[in-house]
Amino acid sequence: MAHAPAAHAHHFADLRQQREAAQLGMWIFLVTEVLFFAGLFTAYTLYRWRYSAGFDAASHELALLPGGANTIILLLSSLTMVLAVYHAEHEDRRRLARYLAATLLLGLAFMLIKAFEYREKFVHHHVPGAGFLWHGPDANAAQLFFGLYFVMTGLHALHVIVGLGLLSVLLVRARSRRFTPPRHDTVEIAGLYWHFVDLVWIFLFPLLYLIGRHA
Amino acid sequence: MSAAAPAIHRYVRVFAALVALTLVTIAVAMIDLGPLNIAVALLIAVTKASLVAVFFMHLRHSHYLVWLFFGLGLIWMLVLLVATLHESASREWIPSPPGWAP
Repeated sequence: MAHAPAAHAHHFADLRQQREAAQLGMWIFLVTEVLFFAGLFTAYTLYRWRYSAGFDAASHELALLPGGANTIILLLSSLTMVLAVYHAEHEDRRRLARYLAATLLLGLAFMLIKAFEYREKFVHHHVPGAGFLWHGPDANAAQLFFGLYFVMTGLHALHVIVGLGLLSVLLVRARSRRFTPPRHDTVEIAGLYWHFVDLVWIFLFPLLYLIGRHA
Repeated sequence: MSAAAPAIHRYVRVFAALVALTLVTIAVAMIDLGPLNIAVALLIAVTKASLVAVFFMHLRHSHYLVWLFFGLGLIWMLVLLVATLHESASREWIPSPPGWAP
């Protein structure tokens, strides 16, 4: 059965206007997300400014290898996502499914590495709370740093999980013959969300892992 | 894929630039530049974010309304950030609680 030509909803003048409206809507949502995360970045800036010695020492405890690897993994997943969007536009269903699957796997790899990192924090008693242990001065500031670390990376991880959900739905629609493949603008909007998740990590990585590295 | 479209080549080049910038920011973090460390790290992060937004999120082909909304959102974020930091800096007289040496 041939696919019906892409149609636009009756309240749009044409397909182009519909696509632009969908993009604008997603961007407006992403701006609210920027402000959402900016609250946490502001809290981080304030406390890092006031307790810089404790923050530097605590940041030094984060392992560079998993953080750096996760940065590269998310950047690579952004590349595979944009290639999925490209093949959706050119209606290449096989490659669309392939790149969606690659993005999904890279997102899962990110979460797996993140889980090992979190586990290490529990083992070393670096989780804020009654069990927090810190050998050195500025224990309170270090605890504050790890509190911000868990909230910021946790909220980011939550966004990765939402992105993995979106990717899974798109992948099933692209692979299964029982569905029509997702349209270009649908994939593109999911891509915008995925790239935003990458954007947040681009700022989280230097602020959490790299400050105080030279000390 | 021998005759891949120019768009794909461009995406791969942007990705290579992003990886290179990541390695640069890690390398620079190892050198003690004093207060410049944070400035360099943020400058590189903003550059990487711009690359992702302009090329991967297709800002360069986006409708001007997208630029307008995103730009206004960033300006509003900076207003809130600067106002909060300014307010905090103006009450330096509040002492740190016990055990909270600044």
